[in-house]
Amino acid sequence: MDQSPVSPELDNIEVELFVQALQRRHGYDFSQYAPASLKRRVRQLSDQLECKTISGLIERVMHEPQLLPRLLEGLTVPASDMFRDPVMFRALREQVLPVLASYPQINIWQAGCAHGQEVYSLAILLEEAGLYERTQIFATDLSERALQQAQEGIYPAREAQQWSRNYQASGGTRSLADYYSARYNLLKLDQRLRRNVTFARHNLVSDGVFCEAHLILCRNVLIYFSNLLQDHVLSQFRDSLVRGGFLCLGLRESLDYASSSADFSPFAGPLRIYRLASRSERKLA
Amino acid sequence: MTTPAAIVMGCSAGGVDALKAVLGGLDAKLTQAVLVCCHSSSDTVDLLCEVLGRVSPLPVIEAAERHAVRPGVVQMAPTGYHLLVESDLHFALSIDPRVNHARPSIDVMFTSAAEVWRETLIGVVLTGGNVDGAKGLHRIRQLHGVAVVQSPASAEVALMPQAALDIAGADHCVALPEIAPLLNRLCLA
Repeated sequence: MDQSPVSPELDNIEVELFVQALQRRHGYDFSQYAPASLKRRVRQLSDQLECKTISGLIERVMHEPQLLPRLLEGLTVPASDMFRDPVMFRALREQVLPVLASYPQINIWQAGCAHGQEVYSLAILLEEAGLYERTQIFATDLSERALQQAQEGIYPAREAQQWSRNYQASGGTRSLADYYSARYNLLKLDQRLRRNVTFARHNLVSDGVFCEAHLILCRNVLIYFSNLLQDHVLSQFRDSLVRGGFLCLGLRESLDYASSSADFSPFAGPLRIYRLASRSERKLA
Repeated sequence: MTTPAAIVMGCSAGGVDALKAVLGGLDAKLTQAVLVCCHSSSDTVDLLCEVLGRVSPLPVIEAAERHAVRPGVVQMAPTGYHLLVESDLHFALSIDPRVNHARPSIDVMFTSAAEVWRETLIGVVLTGGNVDGAKGLHRIRQLHGVAVVQSPASAEVALMPQAALDIAGADHCVALPEIAPLLNRLCLA
């Protein structure tokens, strides 16, 4: 059994100390991450790096600075797919992009882009809508390693079938294979798709607003944050969006405990697509 | 034994019929939260909630992100996410990689529930076609919760309950029709 017989109390103390070590040694603050998933990820890191205990991992946090990129990736990067939740991408295609088309220049912020699957999905949507030439996508993530992978756009080919189905279900009329080449069990996305993408490091916990966005996608990122941090990030999104700008969250994310949610009105409610309410609407709310 | 605070339940292949039998037999007076993780190929658990809600005396809903765990209510893990429980008894979701090819994974839900509810948790492993749930049930037992496993002979697919028995063992290993009466006894005692 690889499951530790350690008592939950001891585990909790160790995870707390780990968070403190990371903060004091490297300046990254994970204290407002949701505890259950954070604990799972810290344990996994500890196992993957073959530390006997989380305390062993803490020693490495302190004395092996070259480990930092690996730690940040392990603590933050989830698993994603191209066109995950096709109904949401269909709504983007059919309802959101036609509104964005009225702007001469479109700025999109993909916050927490992880390995980039959704960045390429978005680029394909924009390409097919004929909007890509006047769009700038800012794809940001905390993890340097995730950003590198996102830029390379190389994924295991075993995903291709599911992703093709997702693409079709999102209203795609071509073949997803038109956008990648496959060899050695890998598929590589057409690098022309990233011609208008800027990949950049950005920490939602500590970094501020850096662009005026017409659309922000931040799907299944805030689920890892406490209510307090979720609210903080939503207020940043509010400050970044143009009036009437769009915000897309993951399909199961709840805004019920975030006071900044008053600033957003549901656009396609069950699909978690919101629009920034105008100031007067916000006062009433 | 201390009165249980919650029941966690996992299944995959053949799970819908097994869940109907178990949830359908629960006593309406139960005040325990019931958390269910059922592997499925459908996009949502809407239909499953509806089907199970028709047979169960307890309401059946999808567990909602950040919301409080509700006593006396069956709460299903949403499709495509791992379901975890925070120590303040609120739900959290994650899209971390699949565990045992599954998301939601029974192991993930069981493990986080075990650490929250400890000896006041009952874990139930039903029919299923993979080994998910076995490690989680082991963690439940480590923390002195109660393990209930459907007898493999009564399971539509024996692999999952058999793996649970092999890896975690069980406090009660009973046939499908016995599970609801057993849970009622444990919870209403």
